[in-house]
Amino acid sequence: MAKHEGEIASSALVTNRTRGKKIRQVKTDFSGGKVIILGSVLPILLVIVWEILSRMGVFPAYQLPAPTTIIETIREMAQDGTLWTHIGVTTFRVFAGFALGTIVAIILGSFVGFYKKAEQIFDPMIQAFRSIPSLAWVPLFILWMGIGEPSKITMIAVGVFFPVYLNIVSGIMGVDRKLIEVGKMYGLNTFHLIRKVILPASLPSFLVGLRSGLGLGWMFVVAAELMGASQGLGYLLVLGQNTLSPEIIIASIILFAIIGKLSDWVLKLVEKRTLQWQDSLIKS
Amino acid sequence: MSLELRNISRSFDGKQAVSNISFSAQPGEIIGILGTSGCGKSTLLRAISGLDSSYNGEIAINGNTTKEIRDTTGFIFQESRLFPWLTVLDNITFGLKGNKQDKIIRAKQYLEHVGLKECGELYPRQLSGGMAQRVAIARALVTSPEILLLDEPFSALDAFTKMQLQDLLLNIWKTYQSTIILVTHDIDEAIYLCNRIIILRGQPGKIDKEIEIKEPHPRDRGSKQLVEYKAKILDSLDLNKPSVKTS
Repeated sequence: MAKHEGEIASSALVTNRTRGKKIRQVKTDFSGGKVIILGSVLPILLVIVWEILSRMGVFPAYQLPAPTTIIETIREMAQDGTLWTHIGVTTFRVFAGFALGTIVAIILGSFVGFYKKAEQIFDPMIQAFRSIPSLAWVPLFILWMGIGEPSKITMIAVGVFFPVYLNIVSGIMGVDRKLIEVGKMYGLNTFHLIRKVILPASLPSFLVGLRSGLGLGWMFVVAAELMGASQGLGYLLVLGQNTLSPEIIIASIILFAIIGKLSDWVLKLVEKRTLQWQDSLIKS
Repeated sequence: MSLELRNISRSFDGKQAVSNISFSAQPGEIIGILGTSGCGKSTLLRAISGLDSSYNGEIAINGNTTKEIRDTTGFIFQESRLFPWLTVLDNITFGLKGNKQDKIIRAKQYLEHVGLKECGELYPRQLSGGMAQRVAIARALVTSPEILLLDEPFSALDAFTKMQLQDLLLNIWKTYQSTIILVTHDIDEAIYLCNRIIILRGQPGKIDKEIEIKEPHPRDRGSKQLVEYKAKILDSLDLNKPSVKTS
């Protein structure tokens, strides 16, 4: 065992190094707090200036209402309960579309990634469809499915599908052949090879796809709701425009920003949990 | 467990990589396959392992000539090839079947054997090159393979770690008495470890010479006998001539 002392010393060195990293991380967290403060100085200043200028009447209220007016609008909506319905409806649409698009992407992406024949059959067509701007589908979907929920959810699903699909395929195709060989050496059959080697190896790429898919989902829900809806944050945008109340429009924009960021943050958390083995963690 | 190769040939796109290789290994023997790069050493090893099945000829392990991967062979690659998403312990239990508790106990035992008792919970990215290769050795051993195939397993390591791991391999060999086929281009390594060295030469690679090394283990790395063997091998690879001329 004495022979291994050098190695063990070097292992101690490694753990020391990781400990060092932890300390540094704590430090960067502190400076992270500083960064947050530094980064929020300008927005806060702008909001204050905006408020003052609005009160002074520099900005006409029918074009750019004061921040307090906007907050008041949100508060009123929260009080009479309409806010929660709007948020709920929009969030439901995004997640239904996100789930649908992701499921289809997983199924097609796995096929195309695993089987050369499937790639030759499906991929050219999918790539061709990808070059169509997704919003161009809107009239067709409305024509087929009416103005109700199905057309909106399909719309969002189409938007979510492509980034998730592309990342799954490239993730599966990019799995290190050397690791697959190790799996084969242990006599794994195809199913186990997929479950124990290929899936975990392509997980990082899949999660990147999910995050960009979710981002597109939020983009497409606005488009879908602008086309015609009686509820939802996108509907508030139209309502604000039609009733000449910019405070509703801005309130809706702010709500979109908050919920979108929250949902991305949840996914980022999942990513951090599942990919803790990775050398370079998420850069966001 | 005996291993026998009969007339193994393998070509890639019509170009032969190895041709007509035949040799056999007795149970518990350490055989070194030595040769310059490109003479088909790794090709031969992949054929024995079953990772490659498009060769001509027969490979018999205990009389069985199937071309598939067998669970009685273990493979240690040049790189550690650990799964980055599994901890060291999970990497070792990867190929084991059966009760989870038993698997962990077994893995821990082998981890201790390679001198990394404390490192079971680490991820591969936290290991040094030598430690990672130790884990790879433990992973290959944990299934108790009767034939252990090594493809230049220490070539990416520094000289000191390399010597440590060579000794570790000998220790393991003494304990488990597995048959070992070691592909290497390191003459010192081959002389230090092997009972028999098969020298491959040419393109396609053919067996040029077999040298038996009768020195008992453990051997002295600097001993006169080993130096003589080295001169013999260098001669047969035509590598000794330039130095003769200059001196």
